[in-house]
Amino acid sequence: MRRLSWFNAVSLTLGFAFLYIPMMILITYSFNAGKLVTVWSGFSTKWYGELFRNEAFLDAAWVTLKVAVMSSSIATVLGTMAAYVMVRAGRFPGRTLFSGMIYAPLVMPEVITGLSLLLLFISIGLDRGVLTIVLAHTTFSMCFVSVVVSSRLVTFDRSLEEAALDLGCTGFEAFRLVTLPIIMPAVVSGWLLAFTLSLDDLVIASFTSGPSSTTLPIKIFSAVRLGVSPEINALSTIMIGLVTIGVIGASLTSKRSIAKRQKDEQEAIK
Amino acid sequence: MSDAATAPVSVFAPWEDAQAKPLIQFQNVTKRWGDFTAIDDLSIDIYTREFFALLGPSGCGKTTMMRMLAGFETPTEGTILIDGQNVAAIPPNKRAVNMMFQSYALFPHLSVAENIAFGLKRDKLPKDQISARVEEMLTLVQLNRFANRKPHQISGGQRQRVALARSLAKAPKLLLLDEPLGALDKKLRQDTQFELMDIQEKTGTTFVIVTHDQEEAMTVASRIAVMDHGQIIQVDTPSKIYEEPKSIYVADFIGDVNLIKGNVSRTGDGHATIAWAEGQPDLTGISHQDLPIGSAATLAVRPEKLSIYTSRPKDQANVIKGKVLDIAYLGNMSTYVIETPSGDLVKAQIANTRRIHRRQITWEDKVWLSFTETAGVVLDK
Repeated sequence: MRRLSWFNAVSLTLGFAFLYIPMMILITYSFNAGKLVTVWSGFSTKWYGELFRNEAFLDAAWVTLKVAVMSSSIATVLGTMAAYVMVRAGRFPGRTLFSGMIYAPLVMPEVITGLSLLLLFISIGLDRGVLTIVLAHTTFSMCFVSVVVSSRLVTFDRSLEEAALDLGCTGFEAFRLVTLPIIMPAVVSGWLLAFTLSLDDLVIASFTSGPSSTTLPIKIFSAVRLGVSPEINALSTIMIGLVTIGVIGASLTSKRSIAKRQKDEQEAIK
Repeated sequence: MSDAATAPVSVFAPWEDAQAKPLIQFQNVTKRWGDFTAIDDLSIDIYTREFFALLGPSGCGKTTMMRMLAGFETPTEGTILIDGQNVAAIPPNKRAVNMMFQSYALFPHLSVAENIAFGLKRDKLPKDQISARVEEMLTLVQLNRFANRKPHQISGGQRQRVALARSLAKAPKLLLLDEPLGALDKKLRQDTQFELMDIQEKTGTTFVIVTHDQEEAMTVASRIAVMDHGQIIQVDTPSKIYEEPKSIYVADFIGDVNLIKGNVSRTGDGHATIAWAEGQPDLTGISHQDLPIGSAATLAVRPEKLSIYTSRPKDQANVIKGKVLDIAYLGNMSTYVIETPSGDLVKAQIANTRRIHRRQITWEDKVWLSFTETAGVVLDK
């Protein structure tokens, strides 16, 4: 292996320090025995225990999970349908307008999205709760799914669908049996993206949540305003851990599938 | 034509038989996209068991014709009949027509066997019948060993055979092949051409192939339609297309050809003679057109029909005098480019039956080219 020059070594260290020192501090203090967040007083895992006894946090986590699963699933269905129509329908009057409108929420400030949804829910008399957060999250995460799926559909070989039709499929069968299985990785990553967005959304959720339906980000944010407690450090550490496992898992899976594919292709040439 | 009348009855030529019922009929079909006319008032009959080639440069409308047969496009005007039935209202999934796509369009998430079974499953056939048919198809294309592989786990030639097996599995009345061999290298392509012909004969399916490769069309087809700008310029058997092109476009598109421009000096008896350059004798070729004396005409003659001599040959119908400008050695044959005194270039292709150092003609030599009265065709303009 080549040795790094001192310049590269320093830039690397600085870059990683910039990215990870805040998180390292957070993780370290989650194992702090004392109540004070910034004074080290010995190793302990007691805040993790406290956390799992804290009903309010557990409730919030459960609400967040429910909202994320529901909203990302609905957003995936709607976003995939929108992407399919936009890529496949060819030219029709208003196409540019429609596709622009699908992508507009990407750049819309969240405060405005949240506020307008709040006004809508009040005017139609919908009580704010899990349902309204799900609707709100679906609204803004749908366009992300649509972007991911349509970028896959653009490179999709249309003759595959034509072949399916040619072999006796109806239009819907062709989609279900051929198109969907092939674009599935893009649909799944669209779902994951929507899930993550919903999981960590604070702004829109705080506009559309009701008193009985606090999500975890709202809970953390309001708790922090009363002072950072080591419990929150513990909670954040768990979240960092989960994300890390997810990322490592995903990259290992894709690495393995690439390796397998290369092996298969080598076999084909033989 | 005289040779058609004397041909033995066993020769497959339903297009010569007025009683034969065509499988496919294009009747004054036009296809437009906005201002662009892809197919221009085209009529053609294709018969059962034919191996019919649509040949032309890209953008000539050949792919559009094929896609109209498959049902992916509908004609703007005119009707298409398959087996006497107007197919305008029949969607692709209800047509007894299958297509082999240029990109093969194999389903990447399904194995070779599942790809072949795909169409059969749509017909809701019983399981054992499907697996028997898949087995039969795998045997036909010799891929039994690869039944459980995914498309990316087999080679290009094997993929091509899977695509063929998949499109034949439903035993269609008509199989459409869209540039089926385009992605294969030359050697494999030639082998596959013979395989295709073999399979076509075995299954008795009518094949319509789209290609821009004239050699491929010549090899596989029973008849070739040469297309340009949405129109069929000539439909004929490969030998007729090659030996008796009806227009300069066809003569020039298929193979190598010398086009010698001149004016008609004499006609009659199925021949025409043109005067083409000062100091050179007139040239005679076959003519089926009504050419007025004095009108501009072109003699089209294939380079391999020409012989080359170092002294003026006697008793030859057509003689051209010139000097050797260039010799291209191609291994099995050599192409001589001869410059006539008037500055025209004429190509002659001579088989290299002798070793190279034994050949006597070289650059700048004075030579005479000659060919028979039936070697070339005189065409108008």
